[in-house]
Amino acid sequence: MAVTKKTNKQLVLDGLLSENPIFRLALSMCPAVGISSSVMNGILLGIAVLFVQVFSSCTISLLKDYIHPRIRIPTYTLVIATWVTVIDLVLAAYVPVAYKAMGIFVKLIVAFAIITMRLEVFACKNPVVPSFWDGVGMGTGFMFGMVTLGTVREFLGTGGLLGHDLIGTRPLLFFILPLAGFFCVGFIMAIFNYVEIVYKRMKRKRSIAQ
Amino acid sequence: MKDSARHLLMGAALVLLVVLAGCRTEHRFVKKVTFEKTNDIVITFAGPVDAAWAKNVDNYTVFEKEDPDILLAIKEITLTPDRTKVTLHFKNALNQSRAHTLMIKDIISEGKSQGAAVLTVKKLYLGYLFSILIGAMLIHNFVFTKYLGLCVFFGTSQKRTTAVGMGITFTIVIVFASMLSWFMYQFILKPIRLDYLQVVVFIGLVSLSVQAVDTILRKVNPALFKAFGVYLVLVIANCIILATPLILADKEYNAWESFMLSLGAGTGFLIALFLMSCVREKLELANVPPTYRGLPIAFIVAGLFALAFLGFSGMAIF
Repeated sequence: MAVTKKTNKQLVLDGLLSENPIFRLALSMCPAVGISSSVMNGILLGIAVLFVQVFSSCTISLLKDYIHPRIRIPTYTLVIATWVTVIDLVLAAYVPVAYKAMGIFVKLIVAFAIITMRLEVFACKNPVVPSFWDGVGMGTGFMFGMVTLGTVREFLGTGGLLGHDLIGTRPLLFFILPLAGFFCVGFIMAIFNYVEIVYKRMKRKRSIAQ
Repeated sequence: MKDSARHLLMGAALVLLVVLAGCRTEHRFVKKVTFEKTNDIVITFAGPVDAAWAKNVDNYTVFEKEDPDILLAIKEITLTPDRTKVTLHFKNALNQSRAHTLMIKDIISEGKSQGAAVLTVKKLYLGYLFSILIGAMLIHNFVFTKYLGLCVFFGTSQKRTTAVGMGITFTIVIVFASMLSWFMYQFILKPIRLDYLQVVVFIGLVSLSVQAVDTILRKVNPALFKAFGVYLVLVIANCIILATPLILADKEYNAWESFMLSLGAGTGFLIALFLMSCVREKLELANVPPTYRGLPIAFIVAGLFALAFLGFSGMAIF
């Protein structure tokens, strides 16, 4: 059991940037491509994932001493499925229009690799408080990725944000097409890679100079 | 030898069934009744009919076979110049997957009465099933037009052998799991009103069927298990396998339709994986800029495939 030594702030920042679930770990790509065509979708699904991640992390880290290692994966799945059912019913009751736009993706949170992976890697080895912050980090990281994608696509596709018109024209209508998600994710990943390459080159130069 | 003879016989029976289903009408003067477009029914008569009779809306009564009290309103009737083909235009789109009953009053042809007719209009059921299969496979391909199962799709499309192995394993498991979930939903969850538990039950059934296929394959065909066993673990991480039972429950499909949709979803995933792996094998040799190496270029290739698959959209078969 490797209990984490990171502070809570570090855990959140890790999830947001260096271990960002969409752009760095490349997990849970389906919603990133499928429904990132507007910022609102990104925020709502982000909230749903944040909720499920935080609550399942806490549940598993509370129950970790009672789960037999051999049946841990089915246990994780059942815990996630329970919380997904909760958020699914809540969203369907309070925001029916947006729920319809997200379609099947809310129910499919169960199959997102990112949540199971965090439970397996983090929550089953750590106490409740770090697990909670790790869940918050991963959830907001996911939301951050979805909102970034949504912003790029909505701005380029419709010339506005959150449904408000900003520049009056539609620069690239192509980006509102559902399949533009593939291109968007590809380009943003390339930008992340570029930043990493430049950062490493600068670091190497600095170490040589010293 | 015996096997092939049986297959031949079955094929012949199928063809006969299709031919019979296509031409059967219950009246000697009516040759054919078919659906056309979204809200038309076309009636073909054996001879020219009286124009004034044919254009009278009151002579036709149409309703869905299951709800005889809801009559469908006819907006307009057109007649071809040779007076043998009558087209009924309806106000609303028809639900063409259901059988409709068409009652015609007292057909008048060249001054003579040919008697009344009660006809059934329905689509070829085999054709309908086939259209579900092709629809799930190409027109609404789960990977390229519904954007599901991408993690596994990008993870296993690096080599062609891996792609084919994953695709075949996935198809077997998805058919098994979907049929199991369909049965569970229709006969257990719905009657006792537990349908809000579908996510929990379906994911449990999916894991169960993965485990079952694993155990059966290990005992029955160890060689096949050696080839495909490694992919079984990955199957469960694929959202298509959960999406298909949810879609089946949502659309209230029957057993055959469910089978066809899950088969289409599986083979569609196999096709997508195979196409992608062919491109990615070639990409290994190409000179890709370092920032695009690996996943970014794979995403852009997938985007191009999705653009190509957009060409299938709006296509209607049968």
